[in-house]
Amino acid sequence: MIFDRIIGSETEFGVTCPARPGANDTVLSTLVVDSFAAVDGGRSGWDYEAETPLRDARGFEMSEQEAHPSQMTHRGHVLTSEDIARELIEETPDTVNPAFWESAVMNRVLPNGARLYVDHAHPEYSAPEATNPWDAAAWDLAGDRIAAAAAAAIPRRYASTWPDPVLLYKNNTDNKSVSYGSHENYLVPRSLDFQRLAAGLLPFLATRQVVTGAGRAGIGASEVRPGFQISQRADFFERLIGLETTVRRPIVNTRDEPHADAERHRRLHVITGDSNLAHTSAVLKYAMAAAVLTLIEHDAAPRLDLADPVAAMRATSHDPTLTTRLELADGRRLTALEIQREYAEAARAWADRDGVELRPRDRRLFELWFEVLRDLEEDPLLLADRLDWVAKYALVKGYEQRGVGPSDPKIQALDLQYADLRPERSLYSKLVSLGRIRTLLDEERIDAAVAGPPEDTRAYLRGSMIARWPEQIHSAGWEVLAVRDLSTDRVHRWLMDDPRRLTRAEVEEALGRAATAHEAVLALGLETVS
Amino acid sequence: MAQFRESPQESERASEREQEQELISEAKPVDQSLVTETDDILDEIDGILEENAEEYVRGFVQKGGQ
Repeated sequence: MIFDRIIGSETEFGVTCPARPGANDTVLSTLVVDSFAAVDGGRSGWDYEAETPLRDARGFEMSEQEAHPSQMTHRGHVLTSEDIARELIEETPDTVNPAFWESAVMNRVLPNGARLYVDHAHPEYSAPEATNPWDAAAWDLAGDRIAAAAAAAIPRRYASTWPDPVLLYKNNTDNKSVSYGSHENYLVPRSLDFQRLAAGLLPFLATRQVVTGAGRAGIGASEVRPGFQISQRADFFERLIGLETTVRRPIVNTRDEPHADAERHRRLHVITGDSNLAHTSAVLKYAMAAAVLTLIEHDAAPRLDLADPVAAMRATSHDPTLTTRLELADGRRLTALEIQREYAEAARAWADRDGVELRPRDRRLFELWFEVLRDLEEDPLLLADRLDWVAKYALVKGYEQRGVGPSDPKIQALDLQYADLRPERSLYSKLVSLGRIRTLLDEERIDAAVAGPPEDTRAYLRGSMIARWPEQIHSAGWEVLAVRDLSTDRVHRWLMDDPRRLTRAEVEEALGRAATAHEAVLALGLETVS
Repeated sequence: MAQFRESPQESERASEREQEQELISEAKPVDQSLVTETDDILDEIDGILEENAEEYVRGFVQKGGQ
C-alpha cells in the first residue's frame, strides 16, 4: 500500500516567558517538561544508550572532535538537574532554590508512547511510531495539546517560584536568525541505495512546501527583512546532503540511527519540514512523503533533477504566487507545483498498477492531494481554508489592503500568534472556530491520541507499560524498555527492535494477565540487551 | 528473537474496517453562516492580536534547535 509506512514526527516548540524577558530557555523548557507531572503522574526517563547520532547513512562515523556540540545527543544532551541548577543560579540568582531543581524531570515517556523532553533550548515532543499518515498527523497534533497542557500547569506547579505564564509556539523561527526543527522520520529498507534515495527526494523536498509550508512573515536567515514567504525553514538550508541538523543544514539528512534492526531498516530523518497546525497540511505532509518513498523504493519516481535544489527551495518559498520556474539539469524549467504534480501523478499511476484496491482512507488521501494541487493551480488563495501558509497569506493580503504593509510589526505578530499554543490566543484556533479553516481529524480522535498509543506499532507496548506500571519502568527508548524486577530490584533492558511488532493484538492478553511489568516482558518473550 | 502468537486475521480485518469508517469521516465543511467577508475576519483577528505588536515580536527570541 502506497501510504503505509512507519512514520514518526518531532516538534521543537518555541518557548518564552514574557514576564521574565531573558529567562533561560533551557530552564523554561525544563519547567514545561517537568510540569507534565501535573497533567499525568508518569516519571519514567529516557534510555540514551541506543542513540548513535554520529553514525552517517553513507556508511562512516563522524568523530566526536568533528561534531558540533549540538549533535552530541547521546552525551552532552543529557542535562542533569545539577547543570540546570548551576545555569539558573548564575543567570537568575534570586529566583531559585537549588534543591528545588534536583527533582526536575527533563525526559519523559508518555502513556501515548511519545517522548517529551528538553532538547537544548526547546521543549520537544517526539510522537510515537505510527503506520500511516492519518495516525502520524493525529499523534503529531496530540503533542501540541500535551505541550500546551504542560505549559499551562507551570503556574500551578510552581506557584511560589515561577507563577508567570510560559508560552509555547509551534513554529520554526524567531525571525531573528534562529530556526528550530520540525522533523519527520520514515522507515525505509536498508537495501535501498542511499544515493538513489537522496536523488529521488531532493526535487520533492525542495518543492513540497507549496502544500506543507507554514508561512513566514520575514525573508532571510540571519539578516531578516520584511516580506512573506511560504516556508518557515527554507532560508535555513545551505547544502544538499549531510549529517548536521543545526548548522550548515542539508536538504537530505544522513543521520543513520534506525531505532530498529539496522540490518533491515534505515530511518530517513527529514529536517526540511515546517511545523503544521492545519490538518490538511499535516496529513498531506506525511502522505506525500510516504508515497514518494514508495515510488523511490520501486524505482517509479519521476526523473527530475533540479540544477540547484538549495536555490530552488528558497525561490519556491519566496514566491507565494507559485509562478517561479525552476531549472532542471536537463534544461527543462518547471514550477514547484508542476514538480509536485509529477510526483502525485506517479503515485496515482503506481497505485493503479499495483492493482490492490485502495482502502477508503488511502482513497481519501489521493482525493485530498489532487484537490489541493488543482486548487493551487487555479488560485493559491483558494487554499486559505486548508493550508497553513495560505491561511496566513490571506490575512497578510487582507491587512495589505488596509494599508498595513509587511514591515508593520502587526504582520510579524500575526505570524507568531498564529502558532501560539494557547487556544484562546492562537490565530489558527481562532480561524478554525470562525469556520475559516477546515479540520480533518475530529477532537475526539486527537484527544484519544493524547491519552493512548497507536495500537499497531511497538508504541502500544511502550505506552501501555508506562500507563500501567509507571514506577516499574525505569526508562524507555524507541527500541528499548528498561524494566525493574521488583523481586530482585534489578533493572533489565528489553529489546523491541521491530516497530511493527508488539501491537495491541500481540500484547494485550499478556499485559492483562501480568501482575508486574517484569512479568509482562517475560511473558512476551522479549530479549534482553546489555 | 521474540515469539508472538498470531492474532486471528478475521477479527483484525473487521476492526480495521471499523477504524477506517472513523478515520475517513469527511472533512468538516466550512459552515457558510460563519463565513464572513475578509474585513470582518480581520476585525476578529484584530480583536485577539497582541496589543503591543512591536514589543510582542521583539520579545520572542529563541536559541537554536535541531
